[in-house]
Amino acid sequence: MGILEVRDVNKSFGGLKALNKVELDVEEGSVHAIIGPNGAGKSTFLNCLVGLLIPDSGSVNFDGNSLLGIKPHEINQAGVSRVFQTPEIFSDLSLLDNVVIPTLASRDGAFKLNGWKRADQDSEIIGRAEHMLEDVGLIDKRNMHAGSLSRGDKRRLELAMCLVQNPKLLLLDEPTAGMSRADTNNTIDLLKRIGERGITKVIIEHDMHVVFSLADKVSVMAQGTVIAEGTPEGIKGDPRVQEAYLGGAHL
Amino acid sequence: MITATPRKDLLLMGIFTFAVLTMPIWLAPIGASYPDLLQRFAIFGIFAIGFNILFGLTGYLSFGHAAFLGVGSYTAVWSFKLLSMSVVPAVIFGVITSGLFAVVIGYISLRRSGIYFSILTLAFAQMSYNLAYSVLTPITNGETGLQLSLNDPRTLDSLVGVAATDGIPPTNFFGIEMSGYSGFYFCAILMIIGFYISMRIFRSPFGMMLRAVKSNSNRMSYTGLNMRPYTLTAFVISGMYAGLAGSLMAVTDPLAGAERMQWTASGEVVLMTILGGVGTLIGPVIGAGVIKYFENIFSAINENVLHGIFNFLPDFLEDGVVAILSLFVGEGWHLTLGMLFMLIVVFLPGGIVEGFSRIYARFRNKNNSTDGKADPIGSAKVQPGE
Repeated sequence: MGILEVRDVNKSFGGLKALNKVELDVEEGSVHAIIGPNGAGKSTFLNCLVGLLIPDSGSVNFDGNSLLGIKPHEINQAGVSRVFQTPEIFSDLSLLDNVVIPTLASRDGAFKLNGWKRADQDSEIIGRAEHMLEDVGLIDKRNMHAGSLSRGDKRRLELAMCLVQNPKLLLLDEPTAGMSRADTNNTIDLLKRIGERGITKVIIEHDMHVVFSLADKVSVMAQGTVIAEGTPEGIKGDPRVQEAYLGGAHL
Repeated sequence: MITATPRKDLLLMGIFTFAVLTMPIWLAPIGASYPDLLQRFAIFGIFAIGFNILFGLTGYLSFGHAAFLGVGSYTAVWSFKLLSMSVVPAVIFGVITSGLFAVVIGYISLRRSGIYFSILTLAFAQMSYNLAYSVLTPITNGETGLQLSLNDPRTLDSLVGVAATDGIPPTNFFGIEMSGYSGFYFCAILMIIGFYISMRIFRSPFGMMLRAVKSNSNRMSYTGLNMRPYTLTAFVISGMYAGLAGSLMAVTDPLAGAERMQWTASGEVVLMTILGGVGTLIGPVIGAGVIKYFENIFSAINENVLHGIFNFLPDFLEDGVVAILSLFVGEGWHLTLGMLFMLIVVFLPGGIVEGFSRIYARFRNKNNSTDGKADPIGSAKVQPGE
């Protein structure tokens, strides 16, 4: 049984059918890539998973519970973290605070009125956050303002913010978009290392290099629906995929 | 970045307490050490400290905080009328009532953010103002304002046998009359406590979450945090500070009028906070002081005073200088304040506190230049007030 089961999800924007009967099964502990041409509905689909959009119909079950109709923070508390296409970080705060906040959220829940304790004296939280920053190689910049980071570092920071919560499912929306080859490879290494922790991952990606180095399974989306699914090798040779996604060219 | 440590905070707290309690001495040379003005420094300092917890940390700009000021005042006066001339119940009830008001207004207004939130709070405050003026006359005594009278019941006072024999008794704190310097010290001590609470909130995980609201509310919800209770709590806390300030106004001068709730009063606390430094600990207090100083000192200067200052100049020059300067003093003090405000917003967006920290940073850089090693983000990122 998959940790994430998506059945018959539909979503329209006016006359445009963005998602058409999307079905997806993600197995626990696996890396599942979703590829597809621009406008295939990949990001819309991800938005439906985190509560940013509500599908018109269908069901999304995570770990046995429906994710539909519950708020984004509840989805996160259920164990789903998301990395965005453009990094969503707390730009005005220090890197350490950026990681401390999700750490607190995973320990203390969605709301806790602790206005009398000192945040900087909570050694458990600070320790976890610093350890995480070390893991992604940002510990030297812990006191910098997050807004002053390079784009690649912002992505790594956002990844750290998600990972420190020990999510059951990590959603990554084009984690290497706009990165140099070297940065991309660093990110791949980082994601591989996370793989060792057994976190299930769903990755939307354009870069085939990333997909083939990480994914256990690949789903191909086109025009709002999943047209093919299989191992990376199987997908490479699928003529439907080459038709829809690669425009007939050979990989 | 200067990181706040418990020791540094203790030092800051010590300096702040000392500076506030010695205000009557060090403000004397600039003519601001009379009790009436000192009381106002402390009261508006409290108002601004509380406002800053909402606006400075969460970024939610309320344009209706004067409503809580008014509610605090009315409650305190009613407490004087019905219960006792002691300030203790007056202050406690003032804070509680305005807190309850803040729960209702905050619950509705916080459904929106940005400009819509500001407009909602403004609408609520203007509604309160107009209600106080008209429909609620039995409670607020309308245009005249709520005043004490000789035949008020004062149940608690009469229980213990304090009878009003000649005239209305003064407000008191366990027998100490709350006028003049004792009134100032009462307000000042409450301001110091308020400042300490605000500091604890700034340093706490709760305060960190409020900053997260301001920085990126999207990321906050995808991080598993429920924004609404955080913003509502901040709103209620700042409403209670405003209620405390309002009840202290009634403590030092036991009457309450609807004009206290008008939007100009809400705007004033916004100006104070921005002038001093939004989101800094000490900024709002400085901003409140500067504005109240201008209001009281500059508005008191008239042409005669100016002629007195410049009579060493030849007559034609003297007349010219006085004619120009008189635009900026007396009735025209708003002009001075407005220009000061514009200069600060344009050149020091972080307020007066940013000015201080720039001077401090320059000073520190000079001392450090021999090391040849600057910290990675540079001292320009000194967190004001930390």
